[in-house]
Amino acid sequence: MQKTFQVTAESGIHARPATMLVQTASKFDSDIQLEYNGKKVNLKSIMGVMSLGIPQGAQITISAEGSDAAEAINALTETLAKEGLAQ
Amino acid sequence: MKKLQGIAASNGIAIAKAYRLEHPDLTVEKQTIENPAEQVSRFQQALAKAKEELKAIQAHALKELGEDKAAIFSAHLLVLSDPELVQAVEQKIEQERVNAEFALHDVASMFIAMFEAMDNEYMKERAADIRDVTKRVLAHLLGVTISNPSMVTEEVVVIAEDLTPSDTAQLNRKYVKGFTTDIGGRTSHSAIMARSMEIPAVVGTKEATATIQNGDIVIIDGLDGEVIVNPTEEIIAQYEQKRAAFAAQKAEWAKLVHEQTTTKDGHHVELAANIGTPNDVEGVLANGAEGIGLYRTEFLYMGRNELPTEEEQFEAYKTVLEKMEGKPVVVRTLDIGGDKELPYLDLPKEMNPFLGFRAIRLCLDMQQMFRTQLRALLRASVYGNLKVMFPMIATLDEFRQAKAILLEEKEKLVAEGVPVSDEIEVGMMVEIPAAAVLADQFAKEVDFFSIGTNDLIQYTMASDRMNERVSYLYQPYNPAILRLIYNVIEAAHKEGKWVGMCGEMAGEQLAVPILLAFGLDEFSMSATSILRVRSQLKKLSKQEAEQVKNHILSLATADEVVRFVKETFNV
Repeated sequence: MQKTFQVTAESGIHARPATMLVQTASKFDSDIQLEYNGKKVNLKSIMGVMSLGIPQGAQITISAEGSDAAEAINALTETLAKEGLAQ
Repeated sequence: MKKLQGIAASNGIAIAKAYRLEHPDLTVEKQTIENPAEQVSRFQQALAKAKEELKAIQAHALKELGEDKAAIFSAHLLVLSDPELVQAVEQKIEQERVNAEFALHDVASMFIAMFEAMDNEYMKERAADIRDVTKRVLAHLLGVTISNPSMVTEEVVVIAEDLTPSDTAQLNRKYVKGFTTDIGGRTSHSAIMARSMEIPAVVGTKEATATIQNGDIVIIDGLDGEVIVNPTEEIIAQYEQKRAAFAAQKAEWAKLVHEQTTTKDGHHVELAANIGTPNDVEGVLANGAEGIGLYRTEFLYMGRNELPTEEEQFEAYKTVLEKMEGKPVVVRTLDIGGDKELPYLDLPKEMNPFLGFRAIRLCLDMQQMFRTQLRALLRASVYGNLKVMFPMIATLDEFRQAKAILLEEKEKLVAEGVPVSDEIEVGMMVEIPAAAVLADQFAKEVDFFSIGTNDLIQYTMASDRMNERVSYLYQPYNPAILRLIYNVIEAAHKEGKWVGMCGEMAGEQLAVPILLAFGLDEFSMSATSILRVRSQLKKLSKQEAEQVKNHILSLATADEVVRFVKETFNV
């Protein structure tokens, strides 16, 4: 399953936001991917996420596959909203 | 026993075991191996040890330095858990049958190169993070120790080639009794840091790291700039006496904490302190400062990954103003550029950063950032006696622009119904010779001047203060500098404005009588210098000093000035 977001954070997704997303994703068993601009990375990889250099206004897609995929997507949606990163 | 001569950077005497802050050799060799499983397990063990270490450092940083500074270690920990990194290393070991060191080094290098190639200063910094954590794991694989100064648990003096801001951030004030470095001068980062930590330091010894081993007993004499390695019992006793004498003198000065700074003939000058963070206010009050003459706001912007928000800044300024209970607080707006970089601003490298896009030049261009700071300051203004000053002003037009932006933000806040003080004085730093020469014109429009001698000297003498080979040109007592300073004070007084000085010079024993003679109104310095200067000023007479003013201004060389002042004022 997957979900698409619009990045609203002024400085895009790097540093602290990336750290939080990776920390959240790492709690789940499912394979979780982050896609931006045609590039797909492992959302449990801090270097992968940061290497995307996601700016404000970007369209990103998070997809998860596995036993706890739905919970993972929910938790990540919550993190994005709570930190004011994307909607 | 061996004696090294350096530059006395911070007062006092420390005697303790040496702790070398060093960066060991982590060269790796490629080896073909028989048993990949064994190498994978070595890698995993080293990884686990590195994580444990980082967690301990993180917990420690959280307790001692706060959440902001500890955040970097969360990122480091995530790199060590990164599946892309870990799996790539394990795969390399298994498929190419190479040793763990080589596999790690190779994979990390690839990531480092990837981040370094990005067209963004912030991403380039991440390469440094990866390098940092890789080193930690490599050290465990190679069986060498890397320094973790934050984890020291006994009294030590730190020995290093130089101390970077991130090194000093890790030092534990409880255990680090002093330090000495191979390079640096009185105004280098490490020296300023030592004075704010109130620990003795000798910098620029050239050979401290070549001479001193871990565990050697070392005396750091921050009064005379000497470092003594493995002293005899006799010498230790001698220095313990010297330390006691210094402590006694400090106790004598301490009696002046609540006294006014008045000369023998009843002239009052204001002694203020320079600070970098709200935490420094404690030392300011403990040393009896009459105000804050320079609040360097750039520390709010440094050691982090993004700009501080208006709210964060407001809290910091409000805290300082409240703690100072109505005493004047001169806040310098963001002075970044030159030797102080902010990686997240992603500014291009410059050939001559000290002559480049920095301080007010940058703020007038990046107005959103500037306006955020000004709003935070304006909102905080109702909590105390705020004065705002702009750094690196070269032309009247720059000052007018900066002031206009300040007034615009003030109007907006007032329109929003936010209370703002109407008593805020607006002044400028005088650190560019052009401003010093044209002080009479500036004086008509500013509320005050603050002379920044460190930069004024380097710009006037055209001498990079970081370059040891031209450091002989860093001459505070050169008559050219003194005439500029006098010109600024005279020009301000003609317009009824006050003048402060916030460079290192204001606290120098030799400079105090000269500046008194010139009529300087406010002396701002490291908090720890205040009581010494107060004690000195109480013994001086303004009238007597004024009598030699013209003679000082007529001298030809710095040496002549120094000799004359020493003879005349007994310093």
